[in-house]
Amino acid sequence: MAVQGIVWVIWLTGMALIALAFVWIVVQAGKPADDGTRDRTVRRGHALQKWFFGLLLAAFVVGSWATLRHFPIPPQGTASESAQTVDVVGRMWSWELSTSTLEAGSEVEFRVTSADVNHGFAIYSPDGHIQTQAQAMPEYTNRVVHTFSEPGTYTIQCLEYCGIGHEPMKTTFEVVAAAGG
Amino acid sequence: MASLTLYPQDERLAGRERTVFNLYLVTALVLVVVLMLVGLTMRLSQATWVALPKNTFFQFLSLHGAGMVGTAVMVTTAGMWFFLRKYVRLHTWAFVTNYVLFMLGVVCILVGIYQGYAALWTYLYPLPVSGMGIWSPASAAWFMIGYLLIGVGQLIFYFDAAAGVIAKHGNLGRAMGWPWLFGGTVDPEHPKTVVAGTSMIIANSLGILAGAVSLVMSLVNLLYPDIKIDPLFTKSLIYWFGHMYINASIYMGVIVIYELLSRYSGKPYPLSRVFLWGWAATTILVLIVFPHHLLMDFAMPHWILVVGQVASWSSGFPVLLVTAWGALTNVYRSNMRWSMPPRWMLLALFGWITGGFAAVLDSTIRVNLVMHNTQWVPGHFHTYLLLGVLAMVLALMYHWIGARRNAPPANSLLDRIGFFVYLIGGLIFVYGFLDGGRRGVARRMAEHWPEWVVTDQIASVGAVLVVLAMTYFALRILAGMFGGSPPESSRVPNLADPAG
Repeated sequence: MAVQGIVWVIWLTGMALIALAFVWIVVQAGKPADDGTRDRTVRRGHALQKWFFGLLLAAFVVGSWATLRHFPIPPQGTASESAQTVDVVGRMWSWELSTSTLEAGSEVEFRVTSADVNHGFAIYSPDGHIQTQAQAMPEYTNRVVHTFSEPGTYTIQCLEYCGIGHEPMKTTFEVVAAAGG
Repeated sequence: MASLTLYPQDERLAGRERTVFNLYLVTALVLVVVLMLVGLTMRLSQATWVALPKNTFFQFLSLHGAGMVGTAVMVTTAGMWFFLRKYVRLHTWAFVTNYVLFMLGVVCILVGIYQGYAALWTYLYPLPVSGMGIWSPASAAWFMIGYLLIGVGQLIFYFDAAAGVIAKHGNLGRAMGWPWLFGGTVDPEHPKTVVAGTSMIIANSLGILAGAVSLVMSLVNLLYPDIKIDPLFTKSLIYWFGHMYINASIYMGVIVIYELLSRYSGKPYPLSRVFLWGWAATTILVLIVFPHHLLMDFAMPHWILVVGQVASWSSGFPVLLVTAWGALTNVYRSNMRWSMPPRWMLLALFGWITGGFAAVLDSTIRVNLVMHNTQWVPGHFHTYLLLGVLAMVLALMYHWIGARRNAPPANSLLDRIGFFVYLIGGLIFVYGFLDGGRRGVARRMAEHWPEWVVTDQIASVGAVLVVLAMTYFALRILAGMFGGSPPESSRVPNLADPAG
């Protein structure tokens, strides 16, 4: 499943659990409690709060480890080790690529910059899902590394608002099957 | 500890104070409805149901973004003032000055947009000076000067509040209860409002100052285009300011829940050490969380990007463990008699948590690689603004109209229907955004790819319901504030008393 699908499932599940908790609280809120019951619920609440803290802390540690142990952004300012490199320049309102045909199955390095204002360099797969992205910022070059698994026509769409020509600022490139692959 | 009396004497307003507070509320109601209509028009245009010229769309987007954020902070500032003045001395002139400068700022922003400015709330360097004939540097200058005026007004309010807090508590740290973090007996009478208010005085003042630096730098660039500024540094300042500013609306807005919820539940909601730790952490986290807006700027030192993710995830701890937990346990088995204010407060907590959860997911670098600048972003912040912050504000407003008449809180059939329509419409509306994010729909586009339009159409249906409900609430609250004459004396309900 793509990252977007995983995020969607996590969010929907979380939202459903939160909604259920609120509904349960709202139902319980309408019920009275004597002083003894209130004292007991306060003590139970404090104990549950500690467990909840522990649960969140565990999720925080495991989640941080899982998402950061292989840092998802490549090192910048180092020599390219990719088999293919593409220089990308964004400008109001077009993309300039040093090549428009790439091979699937081997790493591609995009060196992304802008000639004028900030742009967003986003690569959409042939079925319309974002594969990766980076900002195209004047005076800076961002190094994006990606391996295309499937041949096809990919679309680069500007994702940072850059004026009236923002949405037509897109282009395509071809990913072909690796030679001998 | 906040009083359990529904309408305590020390909250009554008269004369100039009452007029100014009403001005804040009326202005907020008018702006919210008008800016919602602007937002609805944009959504209908993306849905291909309304034709909107492209540049008008981006002018509307600039107006809607800047306007809604400004309004949210303005009206939650009024809420903070309303409650904080009970505990520390606040000068009315500072509250008035903030309002006057806010309105002058609004005029400047409108002039800028009327002249064609369409570089959005972010004024991201060097776009304001690169209008390509669509807008002029002068229009961008009007917009930025408007921001500066609003920021100066807010700082005057905060500095006056800081002076009042220091005069009462000695220093800001003691006001936030820091001496009790590691030991000692926490004074349960120490007001939560002072803790939360002081936190925002510190954090949002620093954020506004960062914004002022970026604005002055950008204005210099507008006047003297040969003077270049660093785009990454400027972007960092802009997002430090922008993120802090909108966060301040939530953290000032939650004061409404701290003050009012226990009155409607009838159960005490005392201060605790956990609460103080939560706010100490919040003060730091809101200041260092902004790099999550720069995760796709790979030139940033990578440790700063890690801080952005870690601080974003950490921000969930105080919200869930302190505010949400405390509020929900407060209403649990409270024999609550539901009316509009507590209904809004529970919705506000729900909107804050679910919107915040979506934000936490997107602040994960790996996720941001495929969801940055998609509709997921407006999806998360519309969730916590529409269902969170605005719900807090409506809780205060409904409480206020009840206090004016010294009457039981509003709970008519029309109010309940309006609430239900707002909730359903709001959920449909944010679903349109979030589902768009999942599909990779880009934010900030006047026209969408044909396969994306279905998400715009779903959101538009939700937006229509929200606007209808909000228009009703605005009229209902205005009638409550000014209609008829308040009774000279009537029974002040005390919900802590079972006979109430």
